[in-house]
Amino acid sequence: MQPFEYRTPKNLKEVQQELKQFGADAKLVAGGTALIIMMKQRLVRPTCLISLSSVRGLAGIAEKNGALRIGGSTTHREVETSSLVRRRLPLLAETYRHVATIRVRNMATVGGGLAHADPNQDPPPTLIALGASVKASSAGGSRMIPVEEFFTDYYETVLKPDEVITEVSVPRLPPNSAGAFLKFLPRTADDYATVSAAAVVTLDRSKKIFSDVRIALGSVGTTPIRAREAEAVLRGQPVKAEALRAAAEKAKQAVDPISDFRGSAAYKREMAGVFVRRALEKALEGFKRVKSAPSRQSKRRGRR
Amino acid sequence: MKRAVVLNVNGESYDLDIEPNRLLLQALREDVGLTGTKEGCSIGVCGACSVIVDGRLVSSCLTLAVACQGKEITTIEGLASDGRLHPLQQAFIEYGGFQCGICTPGQIMAAKALLNENPQPSEEQVKEWMSGNLCRCTGYYKILESVMAVVNNKVGTVQPVRRDERSAKIESLKVYKSS
Ligand SMILES: Cc1cc2nc3c(=O)[nH]c(=O)nc-3n(C[C@H](O)[C@H](O)[C@H](O)COP(=O)(O)OP(=O)(O)OC[C@H]3O[C@@H](n4cnc5c(N)ncnc54)[C@H](O)[C@@H]3O)c2cc1C
Ligand code: FES
Ligand code: FES
Repeated sequence: MQPFEYRTPKNLKEVQQELKQFGADAKLVAGGTALIIMMKQRLVRPTCLISLSSVRGLAGIAEKNGALRIGGSTTHREVETSSLVRRRLPLLAETYRHVATIRVRNMATVGGGLAHADPNQDPPPTLIALGASVKASSAGGSRMIPVEEFFTDYYETVLKPDEVITEVSVPRLPPNSAGAFLKFLPRTADDYATVSAAAVVTLDRSKKIFSDVRIALGSVGTTPIRAREAEAVLRGQPVKAEALRAAAEKAKQAVDPISDFRGSAAYKREMAGVFVRRALEKALEGFKRVKSAPSRQSKRRGRR
Repeated sequence: MKRAVVLNVNGESYDLDIEPNRLLLQALREDVGLTGTKEGCSIGVCGACSVIVDGRLVSSCLTLAVACQGKEITTIEGLASDGRLHPLQQAFIEYGGFQCGICTPGQIMAAKALLNENPQPSEEQVKEWMSGNLCRCTGYYKILESVMAVVNNKVGTVQPVRRDERSAKIESLKVYKSS
């Protein structure tokens, strides 16, 4: 790695001062798991690293007005193991658990992960399906950006050079909702996905009609994508296997994967359909679990 | 520009004067002189460089040494005490948890971090936790067995084959060769 200055600001104001002084030659560093590799490979050559790890108030998870607020410097492992997240949004804890290995999750942060913007990452599809937003702060104030609109290309986002991700906000699920995230891993358990799919399903009160559906995919293009046409096929329709298959077909049309060592483009497209269908099925199982729990008990009683 | 950094490694503090681009891995091996921590992939995948920093298992190949100012670092050299191996080290010897040995310090540090957090993991939990530590030699089963031996308190029950017994065995096999 080429030499660089290292700064450890204690608050966001100091971060802004450092960013101003070093301009485009500076890079923020959080867990370092993505940036250090890119620096070793000389893909980026900052002359100054501004560490976020001493900045006060950037890490931690809290609930406010029903939404989960996750500080930008919170680690993946903290999201995975947080009792608050597991209680409120088990899907989110489960998704972060899919990232790499314990060692990486101990270091990698929620903000750093989003800013890295590799389309093969796991959290973005789930965050998109959950309708989450990123809070970005600069000297001029802060703005909320839906995760769905955050990514623009490989390793590119809408963040301006002086913006820091301070928080990710995940709204509460509407009533009668359940979600699932599936990561297709044909090679090893700690690999990036060949494709990944997240689905959040909301049913009407009869639990027989889809009142809303949000579907997002990873590893299928230059950014994570939301499959709106696939969602539209389901909205207002009865919960039936044909509807899921129709949505899966639409998802296949929405993706634009590349061929690489994780699979050919054609294979990934096929798997995108399969995994959207399975994610929907798994989300729907979430409803059955709640409903069928007492009936299973009565069956057991009957057998006695 | 060089910086003064204090690294607390295995309970001793080291005053270093290092460049910000020095990795914890390099600082441990070349500045502190503890070469137990190994370098494999250099990109966070293989786990050979695993150390524990403030209680958390990390890749020292992706960690800047300057970022560890004042933190408590444990490496493989910090496990044995009073001339006695740590039960995990003893278990890897008794249960054949290594062959060439290059991944072993990382394997043992990963297992140590697991047992710190959960002293009674199931086999499945060990497998999941250790999935980030690659080994090209053992086929993993022996590593799993070694860790489970510590979990199940079985370290010290395997008697190593004594050298004289081994020679006797080799002698007895020569019968086949000559006939
Ligand atoms: C071996 C390995 C395996 C991996 N496998 C997976 C996987 O299976 N699934 C997956 O999803 N991901 C995987 N990853 C990627 C991992 O998720 C990212 O490396 C990680 O999330 C980056 O977070 P970080 O805190 O380390 O970011 P850093 O490396 O510190 O920073 C990354 C980028 O974000 C910028 N940045 C950091 N923090 C902020 C902030 N608060 N505001 C604005 N910009 C910021 C930095 O300037 C830099 O450009 C893997 C990584 C490794 C090393
Ligand atoms: S050398 Fe650090 S993980 Fe491989
Ligand atoms: S013992 Fe040789 S790589 Fe693990």
